[in-house]
Amino acid sequence: MNIKLKIWRQKNAKAKGKFVNYNLDNVSPEMSFLEMLDALNNKLIIEGDEPVAFEHDCREGICGCCSLYINGTPHGPGEKSTTCELHMRSFKDGHTIVIEPWRSRAFPVMKDLIVDRNAFDKIIAAGGFISIDAGSSQDSNAVLVNKEKADEAFISASCIGCGACVAACKNASAMLFVSAKVSQFALLPQGRVEAVERVQSMVAKMDELGFGNCTNTYACEAVCPKGISVTNIARMNREFLAAKIS
Amino acid sequence: MSSRFYSSLTKKYVMSLAGLFLLSFLLVHLLINLLLLFDDSRYLFNEAAHFMGTNPLIQTFQWVLFGGFIVHMIFGVILQIQNWMARPKGYKKKNASEENYFSKFMIYTGIIVGIFLVIHLFNFFVLKMSGQVPEFSGHEGTEDMGWLVFDLFQNGGYVIFYVVAILFLGFHIDHAFQSALQSLGLNHPKYTPFFKVVSRLLAIFIALGYISIPLVIYFK
Repeated sequence: MNIKLKIWRQKNAKAKGKFVNYNLDNVSPEMSFLEMLDALNNKLIIEGDEPVAFEHDCREGICGCCSLYINGTPHGPGEKSTTCELHMRSFKDGHTIVIEPWRSRAFPVMKDLIVDRNAFDKIIAAGGFISIDAGSSQDSNAVLVNKEKADEAFISASCIGCGACVAACKNASAMLFVSAKVSQFALLPQGRVEAVERVQSMVAKMDELGFGNCTNTYACEAVCPKGISVTNIARMNREFLAAKIS
Repeated sequence: MSSRFYSSLTKKYVMSLAGLFLLSFLLVHLLINLLLLFDDSRYLFNEAAHFMGTNPLIQTFQWVLFGGFIVHMIFGVILQIQNWMARPKGYKKKNASEENYFSKFMIYTGIIVGIFLVIHLFNFFVLKMSGQVPEFSGHEGTEDMGWLVFDLFQNGGYVIFYVVAILFLGFHIDHAFQSALQSLGLNHPKYTPFFKVVSRLLAIFIALGYISIPLVIYFK
């Protein structure tokens, strides 16, 4: 395959940045998208150019690092998959692929395609944890948990914090992420203990960091590589309302 | 404008509650308007308008209604400005994965409806309040609001303007009703798909209902 690439290049956080066109020949359809970028970078290094900076770590859809906005979709055309799980067979020979970084005030671009997603860590630090002393390991039946609730909490907890929800949202809202993190605790008895404070401090931090407001367009759910549902946002809305009037 | 005096979620609750209240008003208003289609003498419509204009409870709620409109508009604009500010630099390739098409244009459909509302108030409410509406013959103390409607809808340009504005109101409601429920935390695997259908049916009913009146009057 021969691929045309249009990639956002930006020297550093303060630089202006622009799109640069590249041609890449001999791309195998079996290559992963990130391997294709590796091949491009090898070519750029050989030619004496600066390689394209992009974030990656596990390359198996777990870490949430590979935050690329490909042809108008976070993580590209694959359904419920991250950029690293995307393969070049998803693209056609000779086509142009436009690659952009996540765009959000709360996720400033650091270099090329890498954005600073520290804002998510700040939201977690504001309350996305359990601080009560849970004691030593208990008998498995000491705290009874409804199976459906446990499953829901597990699905909510499967959010990898990649930020695709923010990237896809027309308002750059982080509510799918925050609501998943609120839900994974709110659904379980251990998490209920601090539920009132947790939802308020996480929402306050989200607002403070400059994320937008949810207008229920559900673009987030459509692009989430882990299939996190907007029912989490409704749950967060309920939790917050209950916390405010409790 | 970016101050976070109210949290993002509180603003969403206020938007939803005000919006649902305005929706209930639209339904009552429509049902009264539809009386014009079923009664050529305008008696039913004028009596209903007279009741709405004189009943103390309705008169008190009129101010709640104005408040609802103003709160819905102000919060809508604040939320939208914050949302624009949340993405200072946009994408070259726009994301096209939104589920409800009209959800992307709520501020624009809202502004059109807002402009229509102001013109509409001048056409009816202001005329009525300033005593410029003729009396309904044979009914002392009752204004002939029906005549005012018939008179305005003789004007083809006005009918087009009215129909277009109401279409945008329909687009607004299509997303609004089910979105308001979600904002209030009311999402349920069994009922949410049903309420999405209700939202669309409400939008169609309200839009077609309001649009039918000028069209019937104009082409009669």
